[in-house]
Amino acid sequence: MKQVPDTATLIRLQPGAKQIETQGIKWVINPYDEFALEEGLRLKERWGGEVVLVALGPARVEEAIRQGLAMGADRAVHVLTNDAVELDVWLVAQALARVCREEGYDLILTGKQAVDDDQAQVGPLVAVALGLPQVTVVVQLAIDAESRRLRAERELEGAIEVVEAPLPAVVTAQRGLNEPRYPTLPNIMKAKRKEVRTVAWESLGLEAAPLVRIESLSLPPARPAAKILTGDPEEAARELARLLREEAHVI
Amino acid sequence: MIAITQFIDIDPRCIVGEKDGDMMDFTLSPEILQMKEAVRDFIAREVEPYAQQIEEEDQVPASILDASKALGLFGLSIPEAYGGLGLSMVDKCAIFEELGKTINGYTTILGAHNGIGSVGIVAFGTDAQKAYYLPKMATGEWIGAFALTEPEAGSNAAAIRTTAVRRGRRYILNGQKIYITNAPEAHVFTVMAVTDPSRGAKGITSFIVERDFPGFRVGKVEKKMGLHGSHSAQIFFENLEVPEENVLGKEGEGYVNALKILANGRAGLAARSLGSCEYLLDRSLQYARERHQFGKPIFEQQIIQHYLAEMATDIETLRWMMYRVAWLVDQGANVVKEAAMLKLYGSEVYQRVADKAVQIHGGLGYISDYPIERFYRDARITRIYEGTSEIQKNIIAAALNKTKN
Ligand SMILES: Cc1cc2nc3c(=O)[nH]c(=O)nc-3n(C[C@H](O)[C@H](O)[C@H](O)COP(=O)(O)OP(=O)(O)OC[C@H]3O[C@@H](n4cnc5c(N)ncnc54)[C@H](O)[C@@H]3O)c2cc1C
Repeated sequence: MKQVPDTATLIRLQPGAKQIETQGIKWVINPYDEFALEEGLRLKERWGGEVVLVALGPARVEEAIRQGLAMGADRAVHVLTNDAVELDVWLVAQALARVCREEGYDLILTGKQAVDDDQAQVGPLVAVALGLPQVTVVVQLAIDAESRRLRAERELEGAIEVVEAPLPAVVTAQRGLNEPRYPTLPNIMKAKRKEVRTVAWESLGLEAAPLVRIESLSLPPARPAAKILTGDPEEAARELARLLREEAHVI
Repeated sequence: MIAITQFIDIDPRCIVGEKDGDMMDFTLSPEILQMKEAVRDFIAREVEPYAQQIEEEDQVPASILDASKALGLFGLSIPEAYGGLGLSMVDKCAIFEELGKTINGYTTILGAHNGIGSVGIVAFGTDAQKAYYLPKMATGEWIGAFALTEPEAGSNAAAIRTTAVRRGRRYILNGQKIYITNAPEAHVFTVMAVTDPSRGAKGITSFIVERDFPGFRVGKVEKKMGLHGSHSAQIFFENLEVPEENVLGKEGEGYVNALKILANGRAGLAARSLGSCEYLLDRSLQYARERHQFGKPIFEQQIIQHYLAEMATDIETLRWMMYRVAWLVDQGANVVKEAAMLKLYGSEVYQRVADKAVQIHGGLGYISDYPIERFYRDARITRIYEGTSEIQKNIIAAALNKTKN
């Protein structure tokens, strides 16, 4: 599970423009990770077992972890990073895979991508690191505990693909998989007493340098100001139609 | 505890909150902040869209109440051991402050249940009573109500005439209550009745009465100026049979219990008023910036700025007063005087803030499609129920008169 800026946040860049300004941002759980967590909770309700939340990031991520625990995860592991560590998706996946290996698993669920950097690589790279089958962009998931197989629907452009795979596996969640629950007040209270194991990044011994480095970040060009048509409605409508055709080229 | 009782009355250090080990600290824990956010999201998603419907139909849809139960909003006062949240008064008030920002009729259902409707059983109930009633009240399956007022006993609550006569292992109750909030919905009523007419206020006893006890009847549901969605109704006891194990607290202590329940409820009531005031200030500020007259926002008129400044100052004062009283309650202090001051002040502030909000909104403030007018009507009740403003002043003065000169 990743903590990301709320999508309504106005993004500003740090001087040097390699990172965004994180001061004053409202942080939330990556929405696709909420689908993944919800699916985990439903599977637990159906089959029993335990849902362990694994998150990576600085101390502020604790808030998202508490939220996930309040939704119903049993406990959490927080890989605590600091600003000095330079990360890329590959390193993150190595770290997560290491925690998964320590914890043991029947199924690993992630969001199909994080809405901040949109890389869509961490789930698949964890699968690679652990040598597991991966099923991405899943909109429906069924598990057969007897045969230890999963059956998933993947949303493709204009088609639904149905796949099967043996467990354990990595599944990445797409919008539509489920409707994530809201934490109830009693569950927020109970989450306070659930275990969060903190693992310092340094203790994982991942010395390797990132494979991909950010060179620079820049904001998209400001949008041109809106044009407001006033005056006689009939004339304004005619002018609007002309502009849509000649300037915007949409009709 | 002794040190604390001393310090509430005289020690000015309480204002800065310095007292060995008992620092007055209103910093909310991460869980309470998370709960406030959960409540805020819930209101925006599930409650506010129905504001107009609730106002017009004078009815909160069952689906909203069910969702509120699922969220846990009926268990705020009930200890965790009985399935509730067991919140401290400060924490409970933080949640009530959030709830105050939405439809007052809806939050009155929750306020009466979590306040006067259940705190009596929490505070004075036997283990058996608590084990029987509280778990179902915590989930909202059983809604609570508090029945003191009668046609001839309002401010003078000790004048109640409902009688309770012991017959074997039961009490037989006869009489009538009026204006009882949640009566049409509630299952569990904390009822005050006279067991010994010769002893005046000391002859009153409180009982836990269930709606399906034989002889219980709910009468007319009142039409009200405001608080639409919340229902206050008459109830009648006609040879109502109450088993003796349903005496709440000791026989003869019902009046004192009722006063304690009301005093305890005052912080929660003020917290809801505070939330409503914050909402009104927010809307008024926004409107003052957007509304243009004479070629500029009305905010640029100094008198509008002063209205807003006065509203904000009233709110800030109320906030600190409310959290301090809540904190004193958590310390186990006797807060009769402070709670009366808070009830008085919170109601008057709400009234003033609502009045200014209407004024800043001009004609729009009087139009029923817009929420300001509703808050203005809803504010009015706070000066009346749970003890009128006049009665609060009597309580404060009586407390002052107890100090030696
Ligand atoms: C919407 C609503 C909900 C309510 N919910 C409940 C409930 O859940 N349970 C319950 O038991 N009751 C409830 N009540 C009753 C409420 O608490 C009483 O209405 C209130 O205490 C005032 O009593 P009264 O109406 O008899 O007014 P009265 O006591 O007749 O007072 C009339 C006026 O005289 C003033 N007055 C009276 N005595 C004095 C005095 N000694 N000194 C100075 N002024 C005085 C009062 O302040 C008031 O201004 C509710 C009432 C309403 C309207």
